[in-house]
Amino acid sequence: MTAEPRAAADRRTFIPLDPSLAPPGTRAFRDAGGIPADQWHADQNGETLVPTHCCFCGVQCGMYLRVDRGGKVFGVEPRNHDINRMRLCPKGINAYQQVNHPDRLTAPLMRCSRDEEFREVSWEEALDFTVAEVKRIQQTYGNDAFGLLGGASLFSEKTYLVGKFARVALKSRHVDYNGRLCMVSAAGANKLAFGIDRAGNPFSDILLTDCLLIAGSNVGECFPVMTQYVWGARDRGASLIVVDPRETAIARTADIHVALKPGTDSAFFTSVLNVVIAEGLTDENFLAAHTTGWEEVKAKAAEYPPSRSAKICGIPAEQIVQVARTFARAPKAMAWHARGIEHHSQGVENCLSVISLCAATGHIGKPGAGYGTLTGQGNGQGGREHGQKSDLLPGGRSIMNEEHRRQICEIWGIEESELPPAGTSMMEMVWQMQRREIRGLIGICNNPFVSLPNYRVVKEGYDATEFHAQFDFFLSETAANAHVVFPVTTWAEDEGVMANAEARVVKHNKAQDPPPGVRTDTWVMCELARRLGAGDKFDFPDSRAVFDELRIASAGTVNDYYGITYERLEETGGIAWPCPSTDHPGTPRLFEDGRTYHPDGRIHLQVVEWHPPMDPYDDEHPMSLTTGRTVAHFLSGNQTRRLGALVEQTPRPWAEIHPSHGFRNGEPVRIVTRRGSEVFPALVTEAIRPDTVFVPYHWPVPTAANALTIDALDPRSKIPEYKVCACRIEHADRIDEVPAPPVAPGHVAYPETQVSRTDPLPPTSPQGRGTSERS
Amino acid sequence: MMGRTIFIDPGRCIGCQACVSACRECDSHRGKSMIHLDYTDEGHSVASLPTVCMHCEDPVAPCAEVCPADAILVTADGVVQQADTTRCIGCANCVNACPFGVPKIDLGAKLQLKCNLCYDRTAYGLAPMCATVCPTGALFYGTVEELQAERPGVQVADTFVFGETEVRTGVAMVVPAEKVRWPVPGGLPVVEINGKDVRR
Repeated sequence: MTAEPRAAADRRTFIPLDPSLAPPGTRAFRDAGGIPADQWHADQNGETLVPTHCCFCGVQCGMYLRVDRGGKVFGVEPRNHDINRMRLCPKGINAYQQVNHPDRLTAPLMRCSRDEEFREVSWEEALDFTVAEVKRIQQTYGNDAFGLLGGASLFSEKTYLVGKFARVALKSRHVDYNGRLCMVSAAGANKLAFGIDRAGNPFSDILLTDCLLIAGSNVGECFPVMTQYVWGARDRGASLIVVDPRETAIARTADIHVALKPGTDSAFFTSVLNVVIAEGLTDENFLAAHTTGWEEVKAKAAEYPPSRSAKICGIPAEQIVQVARTFARAPKAMAWHARGIEHHSQGVENCLSVISLCAATGHIGKPGAGYGTLTGQGNGQGGREHGQKSDLLPGGRSIMNEEHRRQICEIWGIEESELPPAGTSMMEMVWQMQRREIRGLIGICNNPFVSLPNYRVVKEGYDATEFHAQFDFFLSETAANAHVVFPVTTWAEDEGVMANAEARVVKHNKAQDPPPGVRTDTWVMCELARRLGAGDKFDFPDSRAVFDELRIASAGTVNDYYGITYERLEETGGIAWPCPSTDHPGTPRLFEDGRTYHPDGRIHLQVVEWHPPMDPYDDEHPMSLTTGRTVAHFLSGNQTRRLGALVEQTPRPWAEIHPSHGFRNGEPVRIVTRRGSEVFPALVTEAIRPDTVFVPYHWPVPTAANALTIDALDPRSKIPEYKVCACRIEHADRIDEVPAPPVAPGHVAYPETQVSRTDPLPPTSPQGRGTSERS
Repeated sequence: MMGRTIFIDPGRCIGCQACVSACRECDSHRGKSMIHLDYTDEGHSVASLPTVCMHCEDPVAPCAEVCPADAILVTADGVVQQADTTRCIGCANCVNACPFGVPKIDLGAKLQLKCNLCYDRTAYGLAPMCATVCPTGALFYGTVEELQAERPGVQVADTFVFGETEVRTGVAMVVPAEKVRWPVPGGLPVVEINGKDVRR
């Protein structure tokens, strides 16, 4: 391996004029003590680095934003934070480009009816008009005729304010948030089984496990930085089981890839449990000491022998046996899941069936053994902890619980009779808008026109509202439907906390001042509250003031933030709740003492019965349509569809189809469901089941996967069934039937690098992820 | 193989193109990526592979050998620099000489562009931007000992064969243990694994 002295090539060798001035990049320079990577301060050009976190998914990678002498964010530098250890995915690398993007809204937009064009108005005019409309609607139709929809990309301080604003300023029961589309199935299952709504283990436990089961999570594309933990476990010899209808980048290297039919997850996991029981691989001591309901679960599992589930799931029965043995025999095993098993009308059951498997094998509450949910949105975890969800009050308290209501009313300084009851979920609110039960709406940091299922219903619902205001920093498809659009800050222009998928609370710092004309969401909500007559309850000059009230409001609850302060977060890089006092270290791993958060301290196992998806298959619609993400885009794409590098990486959606259907790569195909039809270029690959077609959902109509998906909900979590609906695929006659995706107006393309040697590459690779460079 | 270098592990690549985006952010080529991402098993699997400049050691950088303008210089520790803009004539000889298909020509500016192992970062003891951010470790920057400490038993190759020609490179590839006698993903037959000749 020792490099031989190179052949003489002096004329080509870079020779420094003065060897004492060790030239940059040479080994001599580095040996002389180059700056350690984590102490990098890029101050050579007068720039500063502001430590913060990525604004996108629930991993919450640490990063530095590069700020120039003029105080403007202009770049990113990886940060050696515990979570990501310098790693970033393409979304994180490009996120900073949003901050000073030419599409930023910098003045309030207003119009009196949807027939008019928007005009830029003063903040006074926009706020006065909004408050007048709120009052008019509430006086005419009642307080509950006005609703509020928040977002899980907001800092926790702002999500706390959303819940308080709805109940105290608007006095409406109707508040919910787009985390309802994210991990509420897992949240519901965790609450039922463990009495606490969060992952049981930190990411770092993945490195300690002997068997990692990943169910319904395209980790490589949705949480790329998590793969370092997966490969780290593999380096130690851990086995990897992936349950996914597609052969994703993670599934490609798995020991067992279970490519089951969408919508059959609980049948699969219950059958795995059947084998575990039949082969005597259960941990009876653990079950006896720490669970309730085991006998009922065991009896139900007996109804799912591998032969039955193999037929339901469309997989070999031997694979079920293999998974059971691998998972149960491992000294330490973990299960991580995401939207793939949660986005179902039986999402809660799916998660419960995974929990039963972990409990039956005793893989709970130990280093390297447990369960976790990968959160899709940055604050999907924290976004529901402090009262933004329709049935929750701050600290995860139930709005139906009298004691909880009394505690919060005391903190908020209102009478209990003034606190509204529970409202409905996000999709149900849209149905109510359609039925004109909700007549006015404020949306904050969400884009349901792309992210909710069954676009036609969503459009009808929003069009039926008499007044709609939206907070956003880009004019999203939903904001374009509004009467008033408030231009608000990005994550880099304010400070606040988010809780990542481990329930680790991390602090985002302000890197630059917002552009003139832009206000923080906190300021806008407080100003609206003041004009609605609740100013004394919303006297918050900044995020820190909100956080201090949030800490008090959560004290003594399961979701206890009391011991977490901004200063501690800056020192530690993140603290996992519950953290009841300022000298408490936080709780990265749950149940280490064997106790759950139920009063009896046990895991409450639940019986799960599989049922078919809500959209039935028939001769007209024999296949499964499933949706998901691509690595270059985030959720509704309102942010990432404007960033040049990400648009070039994945410019448009596609339909991923198995070769057995006879389509050619790139050929236009029409996907038809009971909600409508759309045309996409085919991406023909063996990496998907023959009975399934996959379309990524980040784009609006006319290439919106969510124009095709069904608005059926899980009865408990009210999460929509995005991951399976019945469809058929047809030849589309003409290539021009494939509509071009709308390009965001401010999309700035990177200059193309010309390549003279390689041939032009096809518009999409078989994986549909574009190519790095094109001729 | 130079001391600290990049190791490419195609088995870990998830095709996310974080390396491509990161390369665009690197100050020495701001706005342009010098990394290719290839799909090696199209239509059958999602396997992918990043390609950076391999910084050839023996023969010394074919791109530099054929440069008629002496524009491509090699540093004392083996980093093959991109063409000196004051010398480059945009002739594309380097493009045609490179066995790995790495250099590009900016046709508008008539200048060559190529990965220079993030000279602007390695100068300060930082890893190249692509290897810093790579979420999976498919691009690893360090010494072979550091790599082996993190990934026990890992085998790497830095000598590849193209027809009759062997090329020893400064950047190395990780080879799946069970495939030491097979071509690494990307199709280049390997001559040496961890310094041992594997042809016999």
